[in-house]
Amino acid sequence: MARQFPREELFAPGHRGCAGCGAAIVARLALKAAGKNTIVANATGCLEVMTTPYPETAWRVPWMHVAFENAAAVASGIEAAVKSLKRKRGLYEGEKVNVIAFGGDGGTADIGFQALSGAMERGHDMVYIMYDNEAYMNTGVQRSGSTPFMASTTTSPAGSVIRGENRPKKNMPMIMAAHGIPYVATASISYPEDFMNKVKKACEIDGPAFIQILQPCTTGWGYPASKTVELGRLAVKAGIWPLYEIENGEYRVTYKPSKRISIEEYLKTQKRYRHLTEEDVEEMQQLIDHKCQEMGI
Amino acid sequence: MQNVKVITGTSAAAEAAKLADVDVIAAYPITPQTTSVEKLADFVANGELNAEYIKVESEHSAISACVGASATGARTFTATSSQGLALMHEILFAAAGMRMPIVMMNANRALSAPINIWNDQQDSISQRDTGWIQLYAENNQETLDLIIQAFKIAENENVLLPIMVNLDGFILTHTVEPVEIPEKEKVLNFVGQYEPKHAYLRPEKPMTQGALGDPEWYMETRYDVQQAQDNALKVIEEVHDKFAEKFGRAYGNGLIETYNTEKAETVLITMGSLCGTIKDVIDELKAEGKEYGLLKIISYRPLPTEQIKEALKGTKNIAILDKDISLGLNKGALFTDVAPFLEAKTANYIVGLGGRDIKKAHIKEIIEHVEKEAKDTETKWIGLKE
Repeated sequence: MARQFPREELFAPGHRGCAGCGAAIVARLALKAAGKNTIVANATGCLEVMTTPYPETAWRVPWMHVAFENAAAVASGIEAAVKSLKRKRGLYEGEKVNVIAFGGDGGTADIGFQALSGAMERGHDMVYIMYDNEAYMNTGVQRSGSTPFMASTTTSPAGSVIRGENRPKKNMPMIMAAHGIPYVATASISYPEDFMNKVKKACEIDGPAFIQILQPCTTGWGYPASKTVELGRLAVKAGIWPLYEIENGEYRVTYKPSKRISIEEYLKTQKRYRHLTEEDVEEMQQLIDHKCQEMGI
Repeated sequence: MQNVKVITGTSAAAEAAKLADVDVIAAYPITPQTTSVEKLADFVANGELNAEYIKVESEHSAISACVGASATGARTFTATSSQGLALMHEILFAAAGMRMPIVMMNANRALSAPINIWNDQQDSISQRDTGWIQLYAENNQETLDLIIQAFKIAENENVLLPIMVNLDGFILTHTVEPVEIPEKEKVLNFVGQYEPKHAYLRPEKPMTQGALGDPEWYMETRYDVQQAQDNALKVIEEVHDKFAEKFGRAYGNGLIETYNTEKAETVLITMGSLCGTIKDVIDELKAEGKEYGLLKIISYRPLPTEQIKEALKGTKNIAILDKDISLGLNKGALFTDVAPFLEAKTANYIVGLGGRDIKKAHIKEIIEHVEKEAKDTETKWIGLKE
């Protein structure tokens, strides 16, 4: 399977991402799958900042950044313009142009949620990729609506009274699915074939598609830079990050671990969970068991 | 053959966008702008305009979609007002900084609180420093003519800035006036096709737009926008002159318009529909043998300071009328901008906030005040309840 990956790199090396940055893996794999006939709209965040310090750029496809909360709206404009100019002036002839928007979890689930919901509801032919590192990493690890239960961040710190984030993670894929869009999927940087297949499918489908990809973050989660891919795999194997897709309303698990590992094996690798007691871990295990049962994992 | 329609200001704006054959419209309804984007929706629905119409969920997304469309090389139009314009504020900077020649109609309306849908110019004035060119229309014909010119100015290679064409809410947006609608072919011939060389998102030539500009680069980009504003002064005049030649309608030099200023010792300065009322008062007083002048600002940004100075040489008393207020300074924006370089007794009059009527009697009161009582740089609120 791996040898079928396109060799062409549309996301160039030499960007300013941290060692072990998962966002760089997201962008690199997504562009390999989408190919060069792609236009990218990027929300403000790590990915934008680390890839475009003027006069450098890591993007070998047309790329645009406007602000934090509007990547989906900007992509709407790009998609509409491509359509209009194609019709009126015969531009963008030939292959289909993929319009892809990238946003982090803050730029997607929080401040960018309105623009995203609008773009999905209007049915623009675009792929929105939420690279989810589960906090505001670009500003220094503050909690977002996508921060998981009991994770410690600088604005949901674990103290003597409060045990880190007190609310469960916002369920973005299901919210997107409720928009009735033709394609919704989850993915992990540690399962590249699965992710790339999903990006390819999302590009081919006519209409809006949403992919949420878990992207471990060495700085925010607190683990050695060499462990990014390993942590992404542990999350899937522990069942905390199930891989599935919802195609035209049909839900399908795309990867089922042969045997789930305990959540402890995943949690103990990261500083953001180091405050957890045995009881906390047990509570989390029960929540995940329940969720996995529901999801058929 | 002349085609004159009796239409509102918002319809005139929509007609202008149609004549310029815009490629993408992104719009959200807000009073008193709404009828403009309704009209454009009709044009698209009836096949009179071949454009993509994005029914966005907010003004923030309207302007964001316009930036995306413009960056892709499409001629782009939107319209807004008041709170909607305020919601766009953040992205207005981005549009100018990224040099997107978007044209936007703004129906001037007061800002909350208290909520008020009526006219003043606080909304556009509050966007003064975003880098957008701001033009103000006196009537519905001028609205149509300015929007057509705006595309040509915005897309000029020496400018490449977004333009906001302002018209007073209700006073123009909801009042019907005869407006001459030029032929589409003639307009297209005048405006030309938008062929961006600086910014277009096309896979055959990957381009990074909206990069991170660190302290090594940011300041130069701001300076570039300032230079583009400077260049716009000349371009606005040139485009105006060409427009006048081709369509037979002229508005001063395109930047400012003077009315009886040569003979007058006392001149009023303002912008927008109020200029019409003032011209009437000037005519009335002229009939009584008294000479008063008006200097109408069409281009507020860039502000043609030299031309204003030149036009008011020898003037003794100047009254600057503002439909906005910089709270805490007790001055309107136009006064703050213009007064420092005028060599005359100059007083500021805050008028018409939130749709408060400005009657001819008020204009006469202002003239009398600036001539007799006013101290230099004094501010007076007109029509305020006791």
